[in-house]
Amino acid sequence: MAKYAFRLNGRAVSAESWDPAQPLLYVLRGPFSLHGTKFGCGLGQCGACTVLMDGKAVRSCMTPISRAAGHAITTIEGLTTNDTPHKVQAAFVAEQAAQCGYCTSGMIMTAAAFLSATPSPTIEQAKAGLAGNLCRCGTHTRILRAVVRASKA
Amino acid sequence: MASVMFSRRDLLKAGGAVVVSFAFGGSLPRHLDAQTPATGKPLDPSEVDAFLAFHADGTVTVYTGKVDVGTGFRIAVAQMAAEELGIPAQRITVVDGDTGVCPDQGGTGGSTGLTRGGADVRQAAATARQALLGLGAARLNRPANDLTIAGGEVRPTAGGAGVSIAELVGERRFSLKVDAKAPLRDPRQYSVVGQPLPRPDVPAKCSGRHTYVHDFTLAGMLHARVIRPAAIGATLQSVDESSIRGIPDVRLVRIENFLALVGKDEWSVVKAAGALKTTWSEGRPLPGSDGLDRWTRTAAIDRDQTVVNRGDATAAIGSAATTVSATYFWPFQSHASLGPCCAVADVKGDAATVWSSSQGTHGLRANLSKVFGLSVDKVRVVFLDGAGSYGTNGGDHVAADAVLLSKTVGQPVRVQWSRQDETGWDPKGPQQLLDIRAGVDAGGRIVGWDTQMWLPNQTGGARALLAAEASGISQEHGTGAGAITQNGDPPYQADNVRVMVHWTKEVPLQLSNLRAPGKIANVFAVESFTDELAAAAGVDAVSFRLDRLTDPRAIEAIRRTAQAFNWQPRKSPNPRTGEGGVFEGRGIAYMRYKQAENYVAIAMDVAVRPATGRIEVRRVVCAHDCGLIVNPDALKNQVEGCIVQTLSRALHEEVTFDRARVTSVDWASYPILRFPEAPQVDVILIDRPDQPLLGAGEAATAPVAAALANAVFDATGVRLRTVPFTQERVKAALAVDRKSTAVL
Repeated sequence: MAKYAFRLNGRAVSAESWDPAQPLLYVLRGPFSLHGTKFGCGLGQCGACTVLMDGKAVRSCMTPISRAAGHAITTIEGLTTNDTPHKVQAAFVAEQAAQCGYCTSGMIMTAAAFLSATPSPTIEQAKAGLAGNLCRCGTHTRILRAVVRASKA
Repeated sequence: MASVMFSRRDLLKAGGAVVVSFAFGGSLPRHLDAQTPATGKPLDPSEVDAFLAFHADGTVTVYTGKVDVGTGFRIAVAQMAAEELGIPAQRITVVDGDTGVCPDQGGTGGSTGLTRGGADVRQAAATARQALLGLGAARLNRPANDLTIAGGEVRPTAGGAGVSIAELVGERRFSLKVDAKAPLRDPRQYSVVGQPLPRPDVPAKCSGRHTYVHDFTLAGMLHARVIRPAAIGATLQSVDESSIRGIPDVRLVRIENFLALVGKDEWSVVKAAGALKTTWSEGRPLPGSDGLDRWTRTAAIDRDQTVVNRGDATAAIGSAATTVSATYFWPFQSHASLGPCCAVADVKGDAATVWSSSQGTHGLRANLSKVFGLSVDKVRVVFLDGAGSYGTNGGDHVAADAVLLSKTVGQPVRVQWSRQDETGWDPKGPQQLLDIRAGVDAGGRIVGWDTQMWLPNQTGGARALLAAEASGISQEHGTGAGAITQNGDPPYQADNVRVMVHWTKEVPLQLSNLRAPGKIANVFAVESFTDELAAAAGVDAVSFRLDRLTDPRAIEAIRRTAQAFNWQPRKSPNPRTGEGGVFEGRGIAYMRYKQAENYVAIAMDVAVRPATGRIEVRRVVCAHDCGLIVNPDALKNQVEGCIVQTLSRALHEEVTFDRARVTSVDWASYPILRFPEAPQVDVILIDRPDQPLLGAGEAATAPVAAALANAVFDATGVRLRTVPFTQERVKAALAVDRKSTAVL
């Protein structure tokens, strides 16, 4: 079985896979037991599986393990390296910006990448920045408030 | 067992604003590997011990059969228990929906989480309070009347040394019947109920450490995907096993028309499910979603039912000065849970443990036992959070898939539905066709109102499980979708009113309860029609409603909404174009949920782009009265969610199907609202501590579509009577004579 080496939440790791097309999502949730990254559609349509690759938001359901090899992957579990929440996580908690929370990991990862590129967004920019992430509970207004709050943190 | 421990730091509150200290990285304590149903814990809801356990360390566990599906139910029920017990909320852990330890309080639906689930817990806690005061009296050698409970201690009201609850009862059972007459705390004295305590599940959901059913694993567990037929009701004709040769460690399981792939590696199973070649027979022919409104009107009728009949509406309308009529249509819609459903089952002989996000774990346990020949007393269904379900989504079906597979392969099995499984095969909210006629006299009085509904038939019994159906196991075929006929009558003064239902024999797609069952479409019709009456009379929409209401709570809900919205009285429509040639307008709608519960009024500002047909909702204002408020922030979250989700349903959502199967199966073919469309939402909570509390997970959904349609009418003069208000439909409607009253 082929072996794929990459960095995962700051650590050098490797994963074996019989299939170079195996999406990163299944590698994260399977052998690495990192369950914060969620399966929402497997089609790149909803954003629930968003992780960072070299600091950019990518859909782990559409990222083959062979493409992740050699890159730095960050999941929601690795967004901070200590027990202090990332400013986006803290803002989501402060705004109570979750209902079921199934989209939350992907939202936070997308927002973190978005704020790196756009540190002081307007509300319209924040909406556009999250356009690829779906929330079914209708928590949009709180999520937007959380992104704006994080930008000011 | 979904249990939640409150940390003191999570619950800090200062200066009215919610300040949360992050209990970061700490996963929630759980007992997920519990296998055997028999714990000996009382489950009989007439027993205090069924609901409450007091521990030696001063903490309390609350057990409830209702579940938290992302609604904030757990924090609210903890607050209700804390208030009665005199124990800080942070010392309470809520365990919900585990049939092995939680009493059966019925499924979580119809906004009964707090009204039944919470109220039962409150009464048990009130009973326990009296018992604790009695125990304290004996220990402290003082009359119980001189004692109170605060800070987890029974102590003299006048001050002095007390004794801790833990010392009085820690780890022991009360063995006490719930006393329906045990006095409740006076709401005027409430210190915990009414506080915006943050939800204990939110920090773990934001750190990726909250355990959803999708994340649960067992040693020796296999992953599985089920292959659904190419057409509803089709039989499996052939399976080409060579098509998955080369994919390692995957087994094919076939039981008649039930076909699944199982294996240790999830990706292998997913890949094989995509590669497997199968052929299927023709299925049961469906009417198709194109022209479903016409099909519904002409479908064979099983029976007619008059659900409201006051006076003689037909005669009154017949002799009225003016008659108005209109037709409205709401399509099938999906729960469209963001995470496709998942379940894990471990079947051993006639015993089983099932981990599920079902909203009705006790009901699921009974049905799974019956259908799959298990001993009900040896079956335990453990609730774990799922993606929001908003009713009965695919969760019960996926649990059945897992049970059938675990029983067959003799190992624990986790079944994860695909996106296409969930959006295509979840039971649907039904299509609804409504005709409304009203007669108005010369003075504007509504003398007669007649609503005719065409709805798919509702027959009793459990919903047929897909796995049982495919594998040839006999079972019930209930078609219940909830209380879908409510709110078909106007909440306004009308002299003669009739609501009649025509139940069609054929039920095109499997049905279930979808958030606020039936009432969203019924209020869409009733409140759109009310707006049509107001427009026909040339009267302001707010005034028209207020003039026909006497209930002060109804009047206040509308007034508070209008005031916050800065509603200026005038006639509608009022077509005017704003910047960039867009039409701008406002609309309002009101309803009382089930004509007996919450009062909700919603107003909104919209812009309509004639070139594209795109509707932009700019601002929504909602005044919401659900009686006593338990947790205002969790409540607001629910109301906001109700509004935005229903905007999505009204603007975008329609289950499409051809003659064979559902064709709206992913987020491209079943689109929902995205962030760029998210409006500003202002919620006004009307707290009534002197009134009974009411559930709030659904009510605010009901007026949304009508407020939207009314705003579009105000902006453009075009009346939208068919949901969803897609760009194509709106554009086409604007292209025809804007004054036309044709059904769009």
